[in-house]
Amino acid sequence: MDNTINTKPIRKMKNKPQHGQDHSVQSKKGYFIVSVIVLVVIAILFIFPLYWIITGSFKTPQAVNARVPVWFPLQWTTVHYSKLFQRPAFQWLGNTVLICGLSMLLTCITASMGGYALAKKKFIGRAVIFSMFVCAMALPKQVILIPLLKEMAFLRLHNTLWAVILPTVGWPFGVFLMKQFSENIPGELLEAARIDGAGEVLTFTNIVFPMIKPGIGALAIFTFITTWNDYFLQLIMLNDTKVLSISLGIAKLQSEMSTDYGLIMAGAALGSVPIIAIFLVFQKFFTRGITMGAVKG
Amino acid sequence: MQKTVSLSMKAERRRENIAGYLYMAPSLIFFLGFVIFPMGMCLFTSFFDYTMTDFTFSGFQNYARAFNDSIFTNHALINTIVIVLVSVPVVCLFSLWVATIIYKMRDFGTSFYRCVFYLPVVTGSVAVTVVWKWIFNNYTGVLNFIMKNMGGMLQDIGLMEKTMGTVFSGNWNWLGNPATALGCIIMILLTTSVGQPIVLYVSALSNVNHSLIEAAEVDGATNMQVFWRIKWPQIMPTTLYILVITTINSFQCFALIQLLTSGGPVNSTQTIMYYIYYNVFKMQDYGYGSAMGVILAVIIALFSAIQFKLAKTDNG
Repeated sequence: MDNTINTKPIRKMKNKPQHGQDHSVQSKKGYFIVSVIVLVVIAILFIFPLYWIITGSFKTPQAVNARVPVWFPLQWTTVHYSKLFQRPAFQWLGNTVLICGLSMLLTCITASMGGYALAKKKFIGRAVIFSMFVCAMALPKQVILIPLLKEMAFLRLHNTLWAVILPTVGWPFGVFLMKQFSENIPGELLEAARIDGAGEVLTFTNIVFPMIKPGIGALAIFTFITTWNDYFLQLIMLNDTKVLSISLGIAKLQSEMSTDYGLIMAGAALGSVPIIAIFLVFQKFFTRGITMGAVKG
Repeated sequence: MQKTVSLSMKAERRRENIAGYLYMAPSLIFFLGFVIFPMGMCLFTSFFDYTMTDFTFSGFQNYARAFNDSIFTNHALINTIVIVLVSVPVVCLFSLWVATIIYKMRDFGTSFYRCVFYLPVVTGSVAVTVVWKWIFNNYTGVLNFIMKNMGGMLQDIGLMEKTMGTVFSGNWNWLGNPATALGCIIMILLTTSVGQPIVLYVSALSNVNHSLIEAAEVDGATNMQVFWRIKWPQIMPTTLYILVITTINSFQCFALIQLLTSGGPVNSTQTIMYYIYYNVFKMQDYGYGSAMGVILAVIIALFSAIQFKLAKTDNG
């Protein structure tokens, strides 16, 4: 469809005097090399905070507070970590893993079923439901958190991990993503299964599920990572020291010990290194989740 | 015969309906219960005087109050719009520039840079914020050390007379000074916002129709011409999507402000999102907070609508 739009400019270009081919190739290369150098410098700026967290968490208190920054710690110490683990840091980490794991599991189940129905089942009200999901996605998530807090208090779930898990599962992105993946299931296959007498459950588990598995993988890792970092929701729903997530734990450290940067960096390292490791391992799935969610978005 | 066919058709349709809703049920319950219901409640409570002790209907009073509240109109609203107007174009252009360079690299290069730019997002807003707080610290922060050395160099070559009292002084209070606090917040926000747009642009650029580009190159089109006339129109939908999500994200910038400045100094980093949080969770003023939430939602919807309009006229 874009062919028709683009033939015009190309014809115009044809009439222009051709530059020396060698010259243009050279300037292309020059531009590329300069940009790559600039890119490397910017990339270093992007890696620096993480580097500073990790090295900072192992620096001696003197090195942390030095006015001339210690770029690389020569003396390593674990004193900040032992201070960190005097607090229930492992429990914070465990809570976070629990929140993310359960949200991921529930989202994958509900979204794969919902997405499949929206893509392949012709039921009454399908269009209405779908547009509701899309519209809700464009609205600011934080706006609903105030009534959500009241709702959770009413359900007596405030200060439990469920107060974070349930709204995460309700967020429509998952259904939207799984609809995109389910569109690719050939209708003939479903028809054939039906003619062969397979019931709905059997069709879903034996035909639909294997076909949308890559999508579920993408959704799973996407949900896990975004839930890990959903600070605002956790901040509002969780107050007890027992139910704090790791993000809240770090925030608490910073508000109580605002200048003990060694300790705060140890907390930040504990909160970020596991999720970065997960991200790096499942990078491919994650990228697919983001890009699929954007198509037609 | 005819009758049985239509009957089975009817049964078939009923079966589809039941099956459809059974599949939809789990996600629909969560969605209605924890997204749509609170959304409705937000709109509902915005018309009430709603505090710890009070719950009375007050019409549009909360809305009127917001527009007469100088902290809301002169600080929260203005700062939020500044953040959006700066970060959205910068994020879009920067991520497009990065994507045009890295999508042509070999597999390893592309995924390496994609990861690097995604790193601040994955690290998490809290971890990123606390480390930046240290970097910006006026005594032990790296930034002041670097700026002091730069100031010294500028002095040596005679570009500057004195560094005292400027950002080059070596003890500048980046987050405590109204002149630089918002700038610092925007800078951190930028590093946490470009990850997703870069991933999207890389995939959009690799999906651009290659035969068109080759044809244009054979015809002697320059790089710029190839980019603006062939690639740009094809990645337009991606650009639109990025504009919309970046706008929403920038409007909702919260963790940075709560952890770094709490809206201060003297409201210079006050934003709508933080002001809502402040009113609801510090002042227990739910009705007022909900009204501002509705206002924020309307503003975001307006921005998105404008972007869609612009993108459409751009294409036509």
